[in-house]
Amino acid sequence: MTNVETVGSERRNVGEYLQVFSSRHSSLLPTLAALVILILLFIGAEIFLRGDFISSGNISALLLDNAYLLILAVGMTFVIVTAGIDLSVGSVMAFTGIWLAKLLEAGTSPVIAIPAILLGGALIGLLIGVLVQFFDVQPFIASLAGLFLARGLAFVVSLSSIKVETPAVLWLQSTRIRFGDWYITPTGILALLVVAVGAYVMQYTRFGRTTYAVGGNQQAALMGLKVPRTTVAVYVISGICGGLAGLVLTAYSGAGYPRNGVGTELDVIAAVVIGGTVLTGGRGYVLGSLIGVFVYGTIKSIISFMGAEQSWMQIVIGALLLLFIVVQRAIVARSNRRT
Amino acid sequence: MKRVMKHRLFWPVVALVSLILINTVARSQFASITVRDDRLYGALIDILRQSAPLMLVSLGMTIVIATRGIDLSVGAVMAVSGAVALTIIDDATDPNSLGTVLVAVGAAVLVSLLLGGWNGFLVAALGIQPIIATLVLMLAGRGVALLITEGFITTVNSTPFSFISTGYVLLLPFAFFIWLAVVAAVGVIERRTALGVLTEAVGINPEASRLAGVRSRGIIWSAYAASAVLAGIAGVIYASNIRAADANAAGQFIELYAILAVVLGGTSLMGGKFSIAGTVVGVLIIQTLESTVLFLGVPSAQSPVFFAIVVVVVVIIQSPSLHRVVRNVFRGTRSGGTGEPTSDVEAAR
Repeated sequence: MTNVETVGSERRNVGEYLQVFSSRHSSLLPTLAALVILILLFIGAEIFLRGDFISSGNISALLLDNAYLLILAVGMTFVIVTAGIDLSVGSVMAFTGIWLAKLLEAGTSPVIAIPAILLGGALIGLLIGVLVQFFDVQPFIASLAGLFLARGLAFVVSLSSIKVETPAVLWLQSTRIRFGDWYITPTGILALLVVAVGAYVMQYTRFGRTTYAVGGNQQAALMGLKVPRTTVAVYVISGICGGLAGLVLTAYSGAGYPRNGVGTELDVIAAVVIGGTVLTGGRGYVLGSLIGVFVYGTIKSIISFMGAEQSWMQIVIGALLLLFIVVQRAIVARSNRRT
Repeated sequence: MKRVMKHRLFWPVVALVSLILINTVARSQFASITVRDDRLYGALIDILRQSAPLMLVSLGMTIVIATRGIDLSVGAVMAVSGAVALTIIDDATDPNSLGTVLVAVGAAVLVSLLLGGWNGFLVAALGIQPIIATLVLMLAGRGVALLITEGFITTVNSTPFSFISTGYVLLLPFAFFIWLAVVAAVGVIERRTALGVLTEAVGINPEASRLAGVRSRGIIWSAYAASAVLAGIAGVIYASNIRAADANAAGQFIELYAILAVVLGGTSLMGGKFSIAGTVVGVLIIQTLESTVLFLGVPSAQSPVFFAIVVVVVVIIQSPSLHRVVRNVFRGTRSGGTGEPTSDVEAAR
């Protein structure tokens, strides 16, 4: 595609323009599709369910309820872009959450407790990353070990839930910063901050570029890229995100519970895939995962509003996941043919 | 002796035997078996009885893994199968009749076969990665199971149905005979016919085996169907044991334990060569470990920590990089110099 063509395309009709756009930005298409689905969901809910679905209060609540999912999704995006997978996130969230509650109960200052749990999450991520990179263990199995370890540790910390009464942690959730009818909690700000940092690192730093390269081609080391360091780092990032999610969830529910987040890893993977990140690696956007989480959260609130059984949630998410996988497969197959 | 040690079942069997020995030393009643009412009782018999669901699921997983695939949906299939069986029995006029139970079990297995066919379709016909293709059913399956039971935990009182899991035949638990029969059937089909060799061929190199005239699609498809059918039977046994269909708890994490059992038994996750006997030993190791952890007074919720340690140790032992290091060390001591470590091993230090 030369410059001449680009100039000429201005005069072409819309259909041709779309074709050029889609062939140049094929990896963006799934994310755009997710955005379209999100908008359709909102409009549909607004028209058919109730008049106030698209309201400031509802959208604010969406961010508040899914803040922990959003944080996990950012970490998961890094891992999946390297063609890996991290099954441990739900358990890491449970472990760090209950550990935080335990530390606070014992009178530890949050200034010490919060870095401690983030370190705990990072260490589990480090274990997974080292297994994947240096022992040639499949990411699936390595993170499976992480899942077992974190879930077991959560129950070692406490078998039952622990209430949190530390004002500093509860403040994260109870504070409502209002802009007219809109509000945001510190947990929501934290989640959006994680998204912003994640998106910046992914798109504009050398580390982010290396992440894409590792997922796109395992031979990336040949180009002088630091593959081992990057692979380990993405799992550590995911672990830290697990720790942050543990903090947010503990603040959200006002307690640590060792049974939290069973199956959350699947929800996170589904949200990330719906957001346009390809599970075979090399393509994906942190902002896409933001959209994916919102699609997930919107479906959840529509289903609970309709009074339908929660079982429909699993079926709808499964069907949506399937749809996106098939779409992605078609896109990947097409771009592979072209190159 | 060297040939015995080289055998790929050597280490799994050593692990199992040492686990049993440790248990026997630590608590004398572990190995003791008592006879009461023409039935054998004891910790070892319990292990044989309780390993039935995991055994069936792991056998199916072995075949799927041999084709270079993986089946994450087995737990969800178990839940659906249990829900189908119990709903039929619950709706029947006479839950205690043998006919009702047979129809219920037949229907449950048939539904499982359909689900397996769906997985096989996604993997073999559409060419979707197995992890992702089966993830769809893993997510949606439990929802389907909940719909079948209408969100409740269906419970039944049916003597023939309870017999499946808790009944005894010839001194031993009926569930033990079920898995023994399935192991024998799978063994005969995979090892006494060409199917096993063809499955391994597909797992080692799908493209080459297709060019060589192996109908790899059909083989992959049937592997997922077999895995789902076995998971369906496992779901029936599980439901029979608790006399209820619990769509959320049935088969939870069983895909993970099954994969662990397969790996413990020496089958590589990269596909190809597989060992049915290895998987049987792997399942027994897991079940014995579970019993050990319980005996140690550790709450069962904390037992995942032990399994995590086992997974880490096993994968590190199987790791090619470690083998390289060990080989280098041996070569180094023999020739008097140190072996040349490869770059990634060096980075590992």
